[in-house]
Amino acid sequence: MFRGLSLSAGPGSIVHLAGPNGIGKSSLIRILAGLLRPFAGTVERTGGVALADERLALDGHQPLAQALAFWQRIDGAEPMDGDFGLSDLLDVPVRYLSTGQRKRAALARVAASGAPLWLLDEPLNGLDTYWMCKAQAAIDAHCRAGGAVVIASHQPLALEAVQEIKLLDFKP
Amino acid sequence: MIRKLWPIFTRDLALLIRGAQGRGGAVLPLLFFLAVAMLFPFAVGPDARLRARTGAGVIWVAALLAAILPLDRLVEPDVEAGLFDQWALRGISEEALLAVRVVAHWLSFGVPLMLAAPLSAGLLSLDAQQLWTVELGLLLGTPGLAAIGVTIAALTAGLRAGAALGGLLAIPMAVPLLIFGAGSLQPDGEGGLALLAACSLVALAVAPFAGGAAIRAGRE
Repeated sequence: MFRGLSLSAGPGSIVHLAGPNGIGKSSLIRILAGLLRPFAGTVERTGGVALADERLALDGHQPLAQALAFWQRIDGAEPMDGDFGLSDLLDVPVRYLSTGQRKRAALARVAASGAPLWLLDEPLNGLDTYWMCKAQAAIDAHCRAGGAVVIASHQPLALEAVQEIKLLDFKP
Repeated sequence: MIRKLWPIFTRDLALLIRGAQGRGGAVLPLLFFLAVAMLFPFAVGPDARLRARTGAGVIWVAALLAAILPLDRLVEPDVEAGLFDQWALRGISEEALLAVRVVAHWLSFGVPLMLAAPLSAGLLSLDAQQLWTVELGLLLGTPGLAAIGVTIAALTAGLRAGAALGGLLAIPMAVPLLIFGAGSLQPDGEGGLALLAACSLVALAVAPFAGGAAIRAGRE
């Protein structure tokens, strides 16, 4: 898929995997998460990993609060929805949420997980300008608190100190 | 690990009992089981001795088919929604998840079937001794059916027409349970229950590992 690709995401760093559709951003995110094995090379992770990809991983029939609480019980985490404007949506069944609301719910799940490394696959798709800024602010805050974020996105990011990796440069 | 698995178990059980998103819960296999027992006397007529002789086999066929009914919602929706990936990221093995799901599946269909068995036995003219043997057989055999169901559901998750394929795969795998379950009611079928328990234990031992490997392979 890629040749000679090397990246590291230490505490406080944000890595932006950039490239056109189909180049392998999502596959690379899944490799970093340990869900796919690379044909060659190694991936080393320390600490927990939280993933937000195109699949919401929340039960569609449940109210949002209940669906998020399920993961909070597993993660032993505190409820956290303040940064993502979900407080008015907590009684709404997940299947009725809009695309942007689903993205915010996924980010809330990631933020509540307590994992130091966030792997975000197109986290800004479907968000309006306001929530795009808020989501990026949450990502910034996580990194300032010592976390690390790897973002796969074809959109430019308005984040500080982003290390951008153009995946096109590593295609064999 | 138990702290992480308990919410998953309660969620699985609630989903399988109540159903969700237009999918039937535990009531569907139960109704199916009772419907078969109700229809059989209409088909074979009023001969109570014939019903008593064949009734155990009918109960076991009905139990097998009832176990197959929820196959498409045992694993596939959670694979599709990315839940298994999220659990893997949290260090919860697929084997543990599927072991939990076997228990939840059994509680949602095996126990209701055992509760409904007296009614079915009445419709099929089984006597008290036969009913006791049927209940014992269901207690020993339905965990095996649950294990086979979860294994097949994991193997067919993500496949097109996986539900239909799952049914076709599950039926031959459940044949030993059917033979020993129904055979335990024959006059010389004392060993049937022991063999039924043995088959059930094998299915229970294999299911988490086979299913877990299938889910991991499905990610590639």
